[in-house]
Amino acid sequence: MDPILLARIQFGANISFHILFPTITIALGWVLLFFKLRFNATGNEAWMNAYRFWVKVFALSFALGVVSGITMSFQFGTNWPGFMERVGNIAGPLLAYEVLTAFFLEATFLGIMLFGFRRVPGWAHTLATFLVAFGTTMSAFWILVLNSWMHTPAGFEMREGVAHATDWMAIIFNPSMPYRLGHMLLASGLTCAFLIAGLSAWRWLRQDRSEDVRLALRVGIWLAAALIPVQILVGDLHGLNTLEHQPAKVAAMEGNWETRGNVPLVLFGVPNERERRNDYAIEIPNGASLILKHEAEGVVPGLNDFIGKHPPVAPVFYAFRIMVGMGMAMLALSWLGAFLLWRKGEIPRLVAWAFVAMTFSGWVATLAGWYVTEIGRQPWLVTGVLTTAQAASAVPAGMIGTTLALYLAIYAVLMVAYISVLFHLAKKAGGAGPAAPPAYAPRLQPAE
Amino acid sequence: MDLISQNLPIIFAGLMALSILAYVILDGYDLGVGILMARGDRSERDRMIATIGPFWDANETWLVLGIGLLLVAFPAAHGLILTELYLPVALMLLGLTLRGVAFEFRVKAQTRFQNAWDRAFIGGSLLAALTQGYMLGRYIMGFQAGLWQEAFALAAGFGLAAAYTFVGSTWLIAKTEGTLQVRAVLWARASLLLTLAGMIAVSLATPLVSPRIFDRWFSFPNIIGLASIPLMTGALFLSLWIFLRRMPRGDHSLDLVPFLGAMALFTLGFLGLAYSFYPYIVPEKLTIRAAASATESLWIILLGAIFVLPFIAGYTAFSYYVFRGKARELRYD
Repeated sequence: MDPILLARIQFGANISFHILFPTITIALGWVLLFFKLRFNATGNEAWMNAYRFWVKVFALSFALGVVSGITMSFQFGTNWPGFMERVGNIAGPLLAYEVLTAFFLEATFLGIMLFGFRRVPGWAHTLATFLVAFGTTMSAFWILVLNSWMHTPAGFEMREGVAHATDWMAIIFNPSMPYRLGHMLLASGLTCAFLIAGLSAWRWLRQDRSEDVRLALRVGIWLAAALIPVQILVGDLHGLNTLEHQPAKVAAMEGNWETRGNVPLVLFGVPNERERRNDYAIEIPNGASLILKHEAEGVVPGLNDFIGKHPPVAPVFYAFRIMVGMGMAMLALSWLGAFLLWRKGEIPRLVAWAFVAMTFSGWVATLAGWYVTEIGRQPWLVTGVLTTAQAASAVPAGMIGTTLALYLAIYAVLMVAYISVLFHLAKKAGGAGPAAPPAYAPRLQPAE
Repeated sequence: MDLISQNLPIIFAGLMALSILAYVILDGYDLGVGILMARGDRSERDRMIATIGPFWDANETWLVLGIGLLLVAFPAAHGLILTELYLPVALMLLGLTLRGVAFEFRVKAQTRFQNAWDRAFIGGSLLAALTQGYMLGRYIMGFQAGLWQEAFALAAGFGLAAAYTFVGSTWLIAKTEGTLQVRAVLWARASLLLTLAGMIAVSLATPLVSPRIFDRWFSFPNIIGLASIPLMTGALFLSLWIFLRRMPRGDHSLDLVPFLGAMALFTLGFLGLAYSFYPYIVPEKLTIRAAASATESLWIILLGAIFVLPFIAGYTAFSYYVFRGKARELRYD
């Protein structure tokens, strides 16, 4: 098998596995801070119980993110040595700043956040929670700066085939960065909201009537309902930004072959790259022109303008539909749930089961979205600067294949273990009765 | 400024060396405790884990910084080294992955799986220690292929695992009391001897594989300056041995001493290696200066590092202060 394809599958498998966990922890850190602040403000022990349950989920997710992230820090070098040779002067400082300003911060204060509750004053524990949430978000910031720069490079010049930085502000605030960062942070918020809602709904369905379950369920549903319309808006802006800078990617997302006006929105179809058309297409007339150009006659670029230089159409086309479809399902369910909470104060069993079914919907949408944008960048690794093939290493295919099999096996085990342990924790939490002895309570009473 | 610019590669080699030294000491004691868990029962294991629980994650971050600095500052060396060590790196990552997740799973998973996760924790710690030592051995050998070289690298693997076990035992002496501390003293004595054997083996083999190092070590007047390292190391081994013979003591005021001794031991060994290989970053193939990347990018990182590293040192110290003294049961509430 082609070593470049193997290296891509290996890196793709690792980064896909990795992104699942930061997607949870980035937003969950802030939700934990919210629980802690509510507890500080109200003195209601239920908020602290919610904190105690979800901090376990945080710790577990964080550990999985750390170990897969370390693997990734090595794979940058082992799989893509050409990447650092060509653009290391830009990627290097961004990665270094991520380690310096984010990794140490979150890793160190995580210890205090998890185990320091009885060892530090209440305010210091709240501060530790804040610093962990801040650290995970900083980490997302730097890595998305680098990722966005790879899509829309700016602020550099090429000298003897090597990129040199000329303007760091332009590098950091490159054209797609604000949209991509916003889109990803919102994706994290939604993933976390549906995880909280799903797992809490499951506990509620198991007759766990603890106050903290009710609170967490409400927080999850309201958060989801509030974030999803913002995400749809930001996603649309991100798409328009991509149209400006990476038109071939948008053409693949839309499945549009010819550059023309009055382009229909292809709801579903089977892109046929050999014949360069869509089979079995179900279309809305002028839809794509209206979405992308905001007028029926708007001219939308087509794939035939980029023959040999556009990404493989089918994966981008399908992944985009999975992401959007999942977003629509999230909108429908979260608004239904929020409406029922508002009018009736609780959700019926059927809706609760729907939330359980959607527990990991954020993962599906996030992964699909990443596939759209990353496969959509091909054949480039850094748009216009470096192709993926140029960056690949000379490691023989057999060795990559062996380690790939190893990684896939361990990731499969870890994924099964992770999901089953989440539900196991949820089950155990319900059966345990009041969570903790009140021996330490006096120190924790909020100041009168 | 010019002086700094000209010496940026050396400064970055120093920063990288510092991160790697911090890593082998700090994650060294974590991994050592992980290996020693093989000897403990379930309740001892819980206490052993409690000594490293709040720290392991930050400790491991030094590896990310070290490898990150290699990648950023010396991309050419990074490519050479990681291509040579492709398989052991993958195995090390497997070990670190198992160790890191088992930390959480061993207490959160269903009861019937908890022992399996304990085994994953022990196996992962051992695998990471062995592969790191193996890679060190391959590095010392300048990545030459051959039966002897492989044998040496394997021996270095066991040597480093022994050294991690030693620093792990001294950490347990500092952070535990009662029967577990008594056992930790016995473990420390045994692993100290193994560490000594490993260091002697590496010290004998290193000048034999490299005529350059042989000259550097045994030519006059270098030998006078260099001789201080093995002499100090020898004195340290002897003092540690005598001290450990008198442990555990009734009062706990000196419980941290063996760990500090282990830190000094690691530092001396590290200095010896650094002295032997300077100015090479890939032995006999690539020097620090030849491997360095563009100056302007290194400047950006250096400024960030100068500003941020004091904060990192500060809050790391704060964390060790918060969890000072004998480890208590790990509780989320």
